[in-house]
Amino acid sequence: MATIPGDLPYIPAYEAPPTYLNVAHTVRSWLLTKDHKRIALLYLFSITFFFAIGGVAATIMRVHLLAPAGLLVEEMTYNKLFTMHGVIMVWFFLIPSIPTTMGNFLIPLMIGARDLAFPKLNLASWYLFMAAGFFILLALLLGGVDTGWTFYTPYSSRSSNTYVTLAVLAIFINGFSSILTGLNFIVTIHTMRAPGMTWFRLPLFCWSHYATSLVMVLATPVLAITLALVGIERVFKVGIFDPAIGGDPVLMQHLFWFYSHPAVYIMILPAFGVVSELVTCFSRKRPFGYEFIAFSSLAIAMIGFLVWAHHMFVANISIYAGMAFSLLSFLVAVPSAIKVFNWTATLYKGSVALDTPMLCALGFIGLFTLGGLTGVMLATLGFDVHVHDTYFVIAHFHYIMVGGSVIAYFGGLHFWWPKMTGRMYNEWAGRIAAALIFLGFNLTFFPQFVLGYLGMPRRYHSYPPEFQVYNVLSTAGASILAVGYALPFFYLLWSLRYGRLAGPNPWRATGLEWQTTSPPPKDNFEKIPVVTEEAYAYYKLAPQGMAALGSVAAAEARETGGGES
Amino acid sequence: MDESFRLFPEEASNLARDCDHLLYYLLGVSVFFTLLIFVFVVYFALRYRRKSDNEVPPLVPSPLSLEITWSVIPFILLMIMFFWGTSVYVKMKKPPADGMQINVVGKQWMWKVQHPNGAREIDELHVPIGRPIKLMMASQDVVHSFFIPAFRIKQDVIPGSFVTQWFIATKPGVYHLFCSQYCGAEHAKMIGRVIVLRPEQYEAWLAGAPPDEPPAVAGARLFVTYGCVACHAARAPTMAGLYGSRVQLDNGRSVVADDDYLRESIIEPGAKVVAGFPPIMPSYRGQLSEEQLIDLVAYIKSLGAGASTEGGVRPLPATQPANGFSPDRAPNYPPARQTPGAEPVEVEHGRLGGRPDK
Amino acid sequence: MAEDVLTPEHSLVAHQFEDAGQQREASRLGMWAFLSTEILFFGAVFVAYAVYRLRWPDDYRQGSLELKWYLGAINTAVLLLSSFFMALGVHASELGQNSRLIRNLILTIVLGSLFLAIKATEYYLEYEDGLVPGASFRMEPPPEEAGSGFARAVKSFERAISRAPKGQGEVARRTRAEEQFMVFYFIMTGIHATHMVIGIALLCVLVWMARRRKFSAAYNNPVEITGLYWHFVDTVWVFLFPILYLLRNP
Repeated sequence: MATIPGDLPYIPAYEAPPTYLNVAHTVRSWLLTKDHKRIALLYLFSITFFFAIGGVAATIMRVHLLAPAGLLVEEMTYNKLFTMHGVIMVWFFLIPSIPTTMGNFLIPLMIGARDLAFPKLNLASWYLFMAAGFFILLALLLGGVDTGWTFYTPYSSRSSNTYVTLAVLAIFINGFSSILTGLNFIVTIHTMRAPGMTWFRLPLFCWSHYATSLVMVLATPVLAITLALVGIERVFKVGIFDPAIGGDPVLMQHLFWFYSHPAVYIMILPAFGVVSELVTCFSRKRPFGYEFIAFSSLAIAMIGFLVWAHHMFVANISIYAGMAFSLLSFLVAVPSAIKVFNWTATLYKGSVALDTPMLCALGFIGLFTLGGLTGVMLATLGFDVHVHDTYFVIAHFHYIMVGGSVIAYFGGLHFWWPKMTGRMYNEWAGRIAAALIFLGFNLTFFPQFVLGYLGMPRRYHSYPPEFQVYNVLSTAGASILAVGYALPFFYLLWSLRYGRLAGPNPWRATGLEWQTTSPPPKDNFEKIPVVTEEAYAYYKLAPQGMAALGSVAAAEARETGGGES
Repeated sequence: MDESFRLFPEEASNLARDCDHLLYYLLGVSVFFTLLIFVFVVYFALRYRRKSDNEVPPLVPSPLSLEITWSVIPFILLMIMFFWGTSVYVKMKKPPADGMQINVVGKQWMWKVQHPNGAREIDELHVPIGRPIKLMMASQDVVHSFFIPAFRIKQDVIPGSFVTQWFIATKPGVYHLFCSQYCGAEHAKMIGRVIVLRPEQYEAWLAGAPPDEPPAVAGARLFVTYGCVACHAARAPTMAGLYGSRVQLDNGRSVVADDDYLRESIIEPGAKVVAGFPPIMPSYRGQLSEEQLIDLVAYIKSLGAGASTEGGVRPLPATQPANGFSPDRAPNYPPARQTPGAEPVEVEHGRLGGRPDK
Repeated sequence: MAEDVLTPEHSLVAHQFEDAGQQREASRLGMWAFLSTEILFFGAVFVAYAVYRLRWPDDYRQGSLELKWYLGAINTAVLLLSSFFMALGVHASELGQNSRLIRNLILTIVLGSLFLAIKATEYYLEYEDGLVPGASFRMEPPPEEAGSGFARAVKSFERAISRAPKGQGEVARRTRAEEQFMVFYFIMTGIHATHMVIGIALLCVLVWMARRRKFSAAYNNPVEITGLYWHFVDTVWVFLFPILYLLRNP
């Protein structure tokens, strides 16, 4: 962008002002930090920890399911495993994943602000998250929960004799962490934009986070109160949702999905934002149909509030309710399709570089397409009846959540890693990990579509032998996927010490975050920038201007494998 | 074909074919768009591969017409899905009036089935082909879900209400029955077999099954033992001709006396009070099992439908057993005696995995 | 904020903001966003309540009849009055009148505490009446002569103000659905009371800050947004009161 002279040379590190990382080194300076970048890293550590726990649970389940009668664990243990996998992955990894790490880190940088609007709330949100994490781990250590992440009554409120109340309390607290994050983003994007940063110059990452935040703020409280009611019913034995004492279990499902369907958009909308940034940067193009991508995020967020009962087509809701929710669910598919087409069209006549983040982004487009299309299949009433609560649904939402969100998370992490740490990772290791994740993922979850149509119900500890072939395929894929997930852990850590210095702009991206040093100084910018044009003005750069965008660390890293040459 | 590489489950009901046809359309659309995106992404990524690090691509305008095209075409395809899917769903949800009613009660962790003549089975469901079967289902504890993949039917069985499901089996054989809604420790063992028989085999099976009271007879007995008869002859509304009739309520509204109304009026009598009667009936919540509720409703149903409400209650089965279940109320019902030993022959019992037979 | 002199006003602008105007805008928007969360938080319980109220209209009406409507009415007045003083407080802070601000804040705290005291009394009476759901819920209303002296006095007071002749308008045997009404009553008023406690705590902090002369005509964001919160909590009560206490007629 035009705010910083194009021919400014890269300032060597010894002359640079202290970065947010080395401005202080005490534990206290981390635990009491109000710097959005440090809080982002605190979140990064925390969610990585929870991702590992959820991943271990998934691995045990997949190995267990190698044999029809089950290999490893007892029934109750299995039930607790899938519950903990769901609860931890949904609330302690996926929902916070992109917003609290990349969103926290990047939104102020992208809009040209020194911090989020409410740094103390931001820190409070992390502490709430950790308190919730403490309770969920406590529930896990004391003996676990077995209700499934959906906490359906009356099973959760009457029948289960596991630590449901503790888990519900954890998610209740976690909800407020999520609300505070969303609230902070909304206010920040509204009020903290740098001079000249109009709404239509905002990076698409910010648009998608804005839409996400709306959902966080408006849907999460409903979950909080619903789970509180489940807890009250369980503890005080009063009839709210339990039909045996006068309640209505279907009402609980309505309230639960009123949050939990929009929650899907909390998980996927930030991924849309990441992918929009990756696709534009690695094809050096203005996004095709910027306004359409931006507004489709808002449309998805809004229509997403009106589709919840498509999770309940077989829960004895009326035919007319089924029709209405089916129709609305189809409508939400249109803006999703618009996004996919626009990303694809952005590649057209671009300058496409297949670095690790771009591999993740292209993988995302493919997997999200498949996940979205199977979602459309599930919105089809007559078809959903058969595959509801089967592995078809499992496969579908893993295509969205893992194939979509997690791959976008990895892509974004690789893309902004040099900005966060100042170092490049090993590019070839990154590409291998991306390929392994893509292949392993498809091998794990594609067979589950077939399994689901054949009729294997979800949450089954054992299964009829004719389903074994697909289960074995799935487990084989999961082992590849596990390697793919473990790899980045090692080479990213390696890069912290041995990685090549990234320089401010290793990818030669436009966008304000690339105009400050890597890692950025504590207050992000020495002087708040003045924005004069959109975030994706690649086309305005002459070839020599492209060179001026920054050092060529990425190109060099490709040649040398990322290590210091 | 090798059993283990099956891609589609068997089509064994009238609804299965509909569901599969819908699937072909959905698959067609999905495969087309997946390939379309895949081909374009790969082609663009290779064709426009970055050749030099200083490359600056030109600005490509994004025409509105293109945006509209790729919004409208998916929209049309989606609307086809909507209407098609809805028509199948409506068919699944509208049982024909002449269905044979089989009662199913789910409880942790078994399916209890009762046929119209009273024959009971657990975790097995014998049905004849070619005849509409209406399942009346209830749950004794938590939410279960009744799922027969080969029939493409699934229905959550929600405690506190009756739910129904119907189908016509079309192909003899043995099929899976699953509980597909998580219901506790042994959820994965709440499975069973659906045994689809030719009509004559079904009749033979029924004749061989251990006899039991038909639901309506059991209901008539409950009507006496729980003292219902004491009031529902004089001080309370009569049951004769009640089923299916329109009942005037004390709040000015009126309801049709269907299964759910009867159930609610037993469990929560204060919810819908009949006009002209004081709300004095106590609640039977927690005192009656789901099976007993089904029996009571079956009894009230057997007392006739839509007739006038004058003339008091009909005599009880103690004096007139015909008020309970009688063969002429289920017209196609098999006669009592049949050739013994007419076990189904085409059925491959060995195919199902999981639990050994009970 | 071009001048480089560190004015008191300038020091109150947090480092992330450019100027006081941006800070004020952010804190206002933040509170509104928080209140929209709150609306959905209460909204979910309101929806559940509405669903059940429509399903068991008679039982819920009977539940309403058993509540002490006059205490609810007094509380409504108390709360509205507290909102009035809160508004005066915000106005005073805008004018920079510190002692008036403190006076109004204290009045608001007193009225808020009075509300809680009356609410606690009500809970106590409901406990005596066997209306607390769960183990202590009694299907038969206790006889009038039962209970503590205070509860008996309240009962005779109720008879005195009731227009119905003695013996009539008496409560029939209670039902499960009425117990459920009481569940919602306690949950809704309980959540509301929790909000009141938080609000009173915030007001106490404001008084403390005002005593230390933290506020001026140019900087009164905390007063303003706490005021928004307080008014919101009042508004919730304005909805709770009629739907819980006043829907008494068929």
